Amino acid sequence: MPINYEIPAFEVVRNLDRCTGCGLCVRECANGVHIQKEGSRALITHDENCVNCQRCVAMCPVHAIRIRHNPPPFSANANWTGQTITEVYRQASSGGVLLSSMGNPNPFPVYWDRMLINASQVTNPPIDPLREPMECRTYLGERPQRIQRDKNGKIDGHLPPHLKLELPIMFSAMSYGSISYNAHASLARAARELGTYYNTGEGGLHEDFYPYGDNTIVQVASGRFGVHADYLHAGAAIEIKMGQGAKPGIGGHLPGSKIGADISRTRMIPEGSDAISPAPHHDIYSIEDLRQLVQSLKEATHYTKPIIVKVAAVHNVAAIASGIARSGADIIAIDGFRGGTGAAPTRIRDHVGIPIELALASVDERLRQEGIRERVSIVAGGSIRSSADLIKAILLGADAVYVATAAMLAMGCHLCRSCQMGKCNWGIATQRPELVRRLDPDEATQRLVNLLTAWKREIEEMMGGMGIGAIDALRGNRLMLRGVGLTDRELSILGIKHAGE
Amino acid sequence: MLREGQVRIPSGCAIVGALSRKGERFSGEAMMKAIATMHERSNGLGGGFAGYGIYPGYKDYYALHVFYDSTEAKEACEAFLNRHFDIVDLSKMPVRKIPEIIGEPLIWRYFVLPLPSKLADSQLDEKEFVLRCVNRVNTSIEGAYIFSSGKNMGVFKAVGYPEDVGRFYRLEEYAGYSWTAHGRYPTNTPGWWGGAHPFAVLDTSVVHNGEISSYDANRRFIEMFGYKCTLQTDTEVITYIVDYLVRKQGLSLEEMASVIAAPFWSDIDAMPEGERQTLTYLRSIYSSLLVTGPFSILLGFEGGMMALNDRLKLRSMVVGEKDDRTYFASEECAIRAIEPNLDRLWSPKGGQPVIVRVEGETTCP
Repeated sequence: MPINYEIPAFEVVRNLDRCTGCGLCVRECANGVHIQKEGSRALITHDENCVNCQRCVAMCPVHAIRIRHNPPPFSANANWTGQTITEVYRQASSGGVLLSSMGNPNPFPVYWDRMLINASQVTNPPIDPLREPMECRTYLGERPQRIQRDKNGKIDGHLPPHLKLELPIMFSAMSYGSISYNAHASLARAARELGTYYNTGEGGLHEDFYPYGDNTIVQVASGRFGVHADYLHAGAAIEIKMGQGAKPGIGGHLPGSKIGADISRTRMIPEGSDAISPAPHHDIYSIEDLRQLVQSLKEATHYTKPIIVKVAAVHNVAAIASGIARSGADIIAIDGFRGGTGAAPTRIRDHVGIPIELALASVDERLRQEGIRERVSIVAGGSIRSSADLIKAILLGADAVYVATAAMLAMGCHLCRSCQMGKCNWGIATQRPELVRRLDPDEATQRLVNLLTAWKREIEEMMGGMGIGAIDALRGNRLMLRGVGLTDRELSILGIKHAGE
Repeated sequence: MLREGQVRIPSGCAIVGALSRKGERFSGEAMMKAIATMHERSNGLGGGFAGYGIYPGYKDYYALHVFYDSTEAKEACEAFLNRHFDIVDLSKMPVRKIPEIIGEPLIWRYFVLPLPSKLADSQLDEKEFVLRCVNRVNTSIEGAYIFSSGKNMGVFKAVGYPEDVGRFYRLEEYAGYSWTAHGRYPTNTPGWWGGAHPFAVLDTSVVHNGEISSYDANRRFIEMFGYKCTLQTDTEVITYIVDYLVRKQGLSLEEMASVIAAPFWSDIDAMPEGERQTLTYLRSIYSSLLVTGPFSILLGFEGGMMALNDRLKLRSMVVGEKDDRTYFASEECAIRAIEPNLDRLWSPKGGQPVIVRVEGETTCP
């Protein structure tokens, strides 16, 4: 047997004074970390299988298990880090592309953490959300350039197709296939309860979830999995996925092992076949082609639904957004390079794309310079971690944000970044029935509702502190932001002043 | 120190307005008396007035009031005006030298009409042509600033207490059917006369008390439509919003008020179907023009005046009526100073516009 050069990344520490040998950890771990021989209470540990999902730690009735990081013991080297060496070993043994999940974990600057929010003092009053109305309602879609009146002078009050959000947060695309039936059910139910939207991702819409259509955004991606007339009509909006922040320039991958009967039917592909989306849409090789798809989808749905175009934040995103705004699309979703994924080539996840903060700021400013900002709404995603990130995004110019990683965490994800393996012990990123069962949709729905309700309260507090009573007055209000520790160049791209100015 | 426009300066204020619904012209003296009672609401760093109907002899001409820092600026500006306008009258602004008002710039007044050939070439309507010329002077001729450009109306402003500013401009010698006045309490001093209020675009003038929290959202929206917020003041951006919504988008004053001080969604949702649809429409398409934070504004225009508070009513404002006169003020004392016996006095609700027109009623929906 060849030598395995890989050192286990984690060490499973079992406190034998506490362990009763009940074997629950064995049943809880789909990765085969804990092994118990039949008839024995003794436990054998396979550290090399551990992904640090913390399931056994959380479930052990006597709290006997701890997971420790086991850093590679190579000689210190700032260039050849333990991670880099391990990846070379892995590729030398497999000959394959490295795969990863969730967002870019590397220490790139997080601009959210370099911006601070204003509050009112003396010259105008902060507003108290316990005593005054605070409005988080947001409409997404084109805003007409001119009002129309009938012959009696009455304003024609028919809005173009739009989405109405009771809070400026939506759940971003996660396909049925990459995540489980129960996870999808929870997102759909939470979106309905919150008065917002979840997104099918590129895996089609399971027939059970059609009743949630008024709170659903249906996605059309390059693989066109599960796209048919009823599907397009089922949602409140249609999103064309041109790219994803975690993997700009490539399409989605779902391994055949995750394609069971239900997913096969929903995606309209054979059971067990890999679902590999092409890198481009093969009917979109340029902006004028995008316009045709936008118009085709509008035509197919009789101009009743807004069309979202989602792009990854890449270097020339401002110019791309300008093109999209003139394509007839109603909403642009921009996905930053720290956005999550169920599976992406590691090198692409970690090295392609740009931060959402800079992309958002430059898109908003560019559209304003061209006088076309009102033609589209902007949704920012790609690592919105808290209500503070959200407020900063709206102050930079977003109409609303997409969240996914935070939603996964709310449902129990521990960010072990192993979704591509399909063995999620928390029942989220898996299709194994025995694992999916672990996610209780009632509880997960409640936790999602709790999370966004808590964020909404925090938004109201911070907004009130600025003396602002409605989200409308937050959008693009960049004077309310100051940078700390940023260069002139960064400040000028973000369009904000430095703290103290 | 940075001048107004290079830095954003919050300020508190006092405002007063008065209008004769019969259109009778009355002198500016009463306005000085009214604003003087609110002396404590200003700090001597800015005061001003706008009078309507004050130039009956030249009522068909645009009256340009201009500050110059130097004779070079004046020459450059006059050369520009000569290229674009027929100037029928020009003179130094008549002022009274008083110790309270010092450091005045050169102040000139011109009565003009666009040159027909220039106007035709521009393919603009007359008002838009004049507005663009004014903006051109203010942004490109260093040291020249046109601070009033309406027909049969004029703005008079300076650094100082408003009652002194009124005496300086000899406002007792002018008579108008409608007046507004403003005393400013800026939080630092640029010492620049252009920064005082009222702020005017053509015949629309605004005096404002408050500090809006939506400023940059409003500014970045309105600048998409050819406006340039060079002063960085609330009053300037509010004036542009009014101009955009009323002159360019064709909204009525009431509709405009329902955009900038929009009703709460909870109130809109409870309205009857037709009204709900219209207000939802206006609020969502002009979402970026919602003005939040404290404000009370008096909007002067040809033939009328409108008062509006922010929707939470974070600034005081009262309305009084006596015979054909309607008065507005930050404090009741200012109205009582000039009309002790009122027929009616009330405090409009937040977001509720009060509109009064010559030959019309005071309406308060």
